[in-house]
Amino acid sequence: MENKILAIAEVKQGIIKNNTFELLTTARKLAESLQCPFEAITVSDLTQEQLNILSEYGVENLYNIKLSDLNAKSPISNIKYSHSAISRVVADFILSGNYTIVLLSATSFGKEIAPSLAIKTEAALGVDLIDLKVENGNLIATKPVYAGKAQVDLEFKSERVVLSLRPNVFKAEKMNSTSFTVHNIEISNITDSDFKTVVSEIVLSSGKLDVAEADKIVSGGRGLKGPENFHLIEELASVLGAATGASRAVVDAGWRPHSEQVGQTGKTVSPSLYIACGISGAIQHLAGMSSSKCIVAINKDKDAPIFQVADYGIVGDVFEILPKLTEELKKIL
Amino acid sequence: MKIAVCVSLVPDTTTKIKVDSDNKSINENGVSFVLNPYDEFAVEEAIRTKEKFGGDVTVISFGTEAYKEAIKKAFQMTADQGILIKTSSKNFDSFTVAKNLAEVLKTENYDIIFFGKQSIDYDGHIIPSMVGELLGLPAINDVVKLNIEGTKVTVEREVEGGKETIFANLPAIIGTQKGLNEPRYPSLKNIMAAKSKPIKEISPIEIEPLVNVKEMRLPPVKGKGKIFEGVESVPELVRLLKEEAKVI
Repeated sequence: MENKILAIAEVKQGIIKNNTFELLTTARKLAESLQCPFEAITVSDLTQEQLNILSEYGVENLYNIKLSDLNAKSPISNIKYSHSAISRVVADFILSGNYTIVLLSATSFGKEIAPSLAIKTEAALGVDLIDLKVENGNLIATKPVYAGKAQVDLEFKSERVVLSLRPNVFKAEKMNSTSFTVHNIEISNITDSDFKTVVSEIVLSSGKLDVAEADKIVSGGRGLKGPENFHLIEELASVLGAATGASRAVVDAGWRPHSEQVGQTGKTVSPSLYIACGISGAIQHLAGMSSSKCIVAINKDKDAPIFQVADYGIVGDVFEILPKLTEELKKIL
Repeated sequence: MKIAVCVSLVPDTTTKIKVDSDNKSINENGVSFVLNPYDEFAVEEAIRTKEKFGGDVTVISFGTEAYKEAIKKAFQMTADQGILIKTSSKNFDSFTVAKNLAEVLKTENYDIIFFGKQSIDYDGHIIPSMVGELLGLPAINDVVKLNIEGTKVTVEREVEGGKETIFANLPAIIGTQKGLNEPRYPSLKNIMAAKSKPIKEISPIEIEPLVNVKEMRLPPVKGKGKIFEGVESVPELVRLLKEEAKVI
């Protein structure tokens, strides 16, 4: 089969996810190395005008499956979307268009549908990738394992691959498309049994950034001494426009919600700035954040392991340093 | 209710990973292996489901002889019987695991099948959805709340910045995320009782892997950072973040 790339552009609650721009850039570069076409698909209710932004990333043909039309086929009314039904229509599109490389983002949505897409399209599956290259015409995909304590290069032995890219790792670079056409796809052959799971409601935590998506993170650990002192973390995060994170110790102690936990049994993150406050740096925490681009550690113990992965650090009292840091940043931000 | 829970065995989270001489896997010398932490939530939820609705819990694992340790830990938490799909190979991919689990799962009419959301070795987050697809069952991963009423399940699934509420019909596959429950500590009585519970061994279906590990290595090491002392170095840190690292 001739190579042909399809990028699945993710639209959530009517918004094109930033990861999609990383995805399209990666797809375009891969298409250049393999000298093959690349196209994109989305399942959304966005207008042509709203979809035009994708033309800034070099894609010429965008296929759109109207989400409201798909949802209307559901046996249950008023659904937000159905992972299984989306997987069905996208898989049918992959098969009918003979795409050999399918790219999507390793977001909650992408992680949920990638395995079923791989089975439906008889593809090999590579997930949560941090690098993708072509060697002698073969794809080599790099994936962190053991929460980032090691990494593996994967190779694939199948005609088709489904690959999910870790968010915030691949660069998004603009390049205007020479032409841009949105093709609307008719939905056919979908039955009640394709709606195996349906999302009836989405509740977002009130205005809080999620650590998994944030470009900057301020995390707190045991050094904060109690949940009542996390306002220091929140204030610093607020000045930076950062998400708040936490170590496992403070999540297990019930000081912070699990959704904030960074590390091997929490979230693995790669923000451009990660500030670890009062976190000693247990190996399972380091695993989750050491791929951050710039790491700042603030801890009273100069021998704490966190300093070994830090780009910048201050040995000292978090209760003195955090308010001062917040104050200094306020002056310039 | 017929309940299944699929488990894996992984290096303890405190393990310092070393790459083995084959450059494809980890060196297991001195590594202590435990029941995958996310599988503890799966086992706990399976037991709670049994306690609420009656029935029994079968623990299923694909792995080497050592994986019996993971099954035994589930026994201590009062799971009833175990199946080990015993392989001696280290060369398998997620499809091999999913296919083998699906083959075993389809021999019984399980009402609900639990998995940990991912195992913390390869962190794939693949197997629950893949098994669901192979069996034609609904599969929902990252579940932090589960409610079963008759043949309907309503779950809350953790997503970026919030939660989704999802409906499905039983039989269904549930991938468990931290926050769903607090796994119990086995009592001495249950630890003793676990010793006599049966583990059935079966042979795997041999499948040529679609994904191969070409090389495993440690991540690139960072250069030494600039470490300062005391609150008076805060302005210098801010300057460096702005001018050198250019991250603010």
